[in-house]
Amino acid sequence: MVKKVMRGNEATALGAKLCKPNVVPAYPITPSTLFPERISEYVADGELDAEFVLVESEHSAMSAAIGASATGARVCTATASQGLELMHEMLFIASGMRLPIVMAVGNRALSAPINIWCDHQDGISARDCGWIQFYTERNQEALDMMILGFKISEDPRVLLPSMVGLDAFVLTHTMEAVDIPDQDKVDKFVGKYNPAHCYMDVNRPITIGSFSTPDTYMEFRYVQDKVMNDAAKVIDEAFAAFEKTFGRKYSKITAENTKDADIILVTMGSMTGTAREAITKMRAAGKKVGLVKISVLRPFPKKELIEALKGAKAVAVVDRSLSVGLNIGPVCSEIGATFINEKTRPMILSFVAGLGGRDILITDFEEVHEKTTAALKKGAPEKDTYWIHLKEELV
Amino acid sequence: MAKITTGAINYVAGSSRNYKTGSWRSMKPIFHEDKCKFCKQCYEFCPDSAITLDETKKKAVVDYNYCKGCGICAKECKFDAITMEEEVK
Amino acid sequence: MREAMTMTSEMQGHVIERPAGRKELFESGHRGCAGCGEMIAIRQVMSAAGPNTMIAICTGCIEVATTGYPESAWCVPWIHAAFENSAAVASGVDAALKALKKRGDTNVMAFGGDGGTFDIGFQALSGMLERGHNITYVVYDNEAYMNTGIQRCSSTPYGATTTTSPKGKLSIGEKRPKKPIAAIVAAHDIAYTATATIAYPADLKKKVQKALQANKEGKGACFIHILAPCPTGWRHGSEETVELSRLAVETGSFILWELEGGDMRNMKVTKMVKERKPIEEYLKTQGRFSHIIKNQTELAKIQAMVDEKCNMYGIGPVVKK
Repeated sequence: MVKKVMRGNEATALGAKLCKPNVVPAYPITPSTLFPERISEYVADGELDAEFVLVESEHSAMSAAIGASATGARVCTATASQGLELMHEMLFIASGMRLPIVMAVGNRALSAPINIWCDHQDGISARDCGWIQFYTERNQEALDMMILGFKISEDPRVLLPSMVGLDAFVLTHTMEAVDIPDQDKVDKFVGKYNPAHCYMDVNRPITIGSFSTPDTYMEFRYVQDKVMNDAAKVIDEAFAAFEKTFGRKYSKITAENTKDADIILVTMGSMTGTAREAITKMRAAGKKVGLVKISVLRPFPKKELIEALKGAKAVAVVDRSLSVGLNIGPVCSEIGATFINEKTRPMILSFVAGLGGRDILITDFEEVHEKTTAALKKGAPEKDTYWIHLKEELV
Repeated sequence: MAKITTGAINYVAGSSRNYKTGSWRSMKPIFHEDKCKFCKQCYEFCPDSAITLDETKKKAVVDYNYCKGCGICAKECKFDAITMEEEVK
Repeated sequence: MREAMTMTSEMQGHVIERPAGRKELFESGHRGCAGCGEMIAIRQVMSAAGPNTMIAICTGCIEVATTGYPESAWCVPWIHAAFENSAAVASGVDAALKALKKRGDTNVMAFGGDGGTFDIGFQALSGMLERGHNITYVVYDNEAYMNTGIQRCSSTPYGATTTTSPKGKLSIGEKRPKKPIAAIVAAHDIAYTATATIAYPADLKKKVQKALQANKEGKGACFIHILAPCPTGWRHGSEETVELSRLAVETGSFILWELEGGDMRNMKVTKMVKERKPIEEYLKTQGRFSHIIKNQTELAKIQAMVDEKCNMYGIGPVVKK
């Protein structure tokens, strides 16, 4: 077991390297830049036998990734924020073409105004693209999800691309001790990419990327959706196999202290750690509060969320992004939709915090709890969305 | 139609031949074998791969299943070996 | 539950009547217009490239007309992803073949229409050229966004009417000259740049083979600009496609040249025209220039533009016969 201190970017680059990708097309963008830098170093030193393609934009990065994956190569890349937006159309295309590309996304705020810090808007804006989505809490998780990404995406029952989200700066640039998985074990765990459905070969002249009319388009989308939903099972299997091989347990959602909780906080990403600290403090003061962390947003863990949240009196969902004009946070809206037809459901409150890299503090989670308690007393939330730590004097 | 493929991949090369574009024609090229000098220009210029070269007879042959009647072969033939006639259905 | 598996023709429900011994790499039955210049260009390019070829192509007339699910006119491995990125997709294919050590003698080509090359695909093209991928990029140029219904592109020549640069009381149609794409590409100092057109298949095929040979020798990217007249968009008879591409060369409107490297002083004209036909000969059968033919001032302007370019390239003067 080798432990090393490294930044989140280095962890994802290392996770990718361990899976021996064949082609890495990449473009620099804060905060993910260190990923292509590391990959280029691995290649330059002969530690990774891959074609590192320095493309001229993120759109071309995903385009080249699609070309390479369709030729039968194992492919990964990294981006964030504006880069993810620039390649937006290609995300849908990669998924529709059923190409198992893995991508690390340094979750960062979107312009305008331009902001380079931690925020989930980029990942959230890509929820509909047909990519499996992971949101990680620690650098170890980010490294491990890269490996799991390949394992899950390349599974013949899935064949959908995945994106591994890690918070800008809080994870990408922060040093943490990380356990480096054994190369032999990773080799065995992910194997080699062996596509049966899609590879360019002159002995098998296939046409990839055809033109579908109203006669067939709906069926392609139905299958894509079904495969994504059924991937939940593949993900559980992969997590179980990962625990067996590497000793670390992951699940689509993690419920802590929820069994007797009156109020459950729902978080994604690095804010989870702070929430956990806050909950420890609040529990010590006798408050019955629990935590649900969402690690996999797509496929949406509906069953697991209902199971974990249904017993609470109120659920406070903390979104680190917006759907402008929706009046509640995006993840909160998904959880609300999940409970809409359930006979018993908790009160669901939407909180927006930490946009554009504003730190989310323990006191912020205490405020979330306070506001939720007040709403429970009143019988309804006071606001559609509670903005936490907003500087009222500036607006 | 068969069940859809993964990722909308078309696995059969040249399967466009299932669609007989010959039905598009309003004019039809008539190939006069006696005048054909086998220069192969009509073959070079057919947008629809509808002309084949009979290497034994040394003549150009048109496949009316696919010929759209564009008239390029007739115009380009320097030997008046192809003339256009109205398509009678 | 659909599983990924190797499909056979039976599974896709097709029975194809492909005659024995047929070697066409680009099949009949596609939905291209009667007399389509691009399809002729594709056939000639494919005949030069051969079956050991992989193609990445962008959205456009060719892609839409030849690959309506579940059919395909293509008999080589072929991929389409989006509109602006055939060069980037091809770069990925090239990188993958290299990484998997599967390249061998296989040709990797990127195809694009003028829209997907001169305009929206320009960035990806420039990137691919600069990185030196062993790819030959072929642009089949019909001088407008034809697939969406004849809109103006930077490839549209001065005076042409399109649906977004229409002739009108206050307009002669397209106001800007044609973007000199081949010269811009050549400035990237790549292995080989050439222009070609369908009326000269031997010249076109030779150039394609030269480009592919340069790729095989690892010399880097190559580029071929093919002028492909469009009966629908240029408004001419479907039978005139090849003749128009010939007239384009004979009037000096389109010059056939080739160049290795980036110094245009080394450019070689491959079809020298010693006595040019007046530009009117080329414009008069195209409906998109019908308003120009009646306008002596504009006609003279266009003739002057052609004269200037021909002087630069060493093409002979106009001789009225």
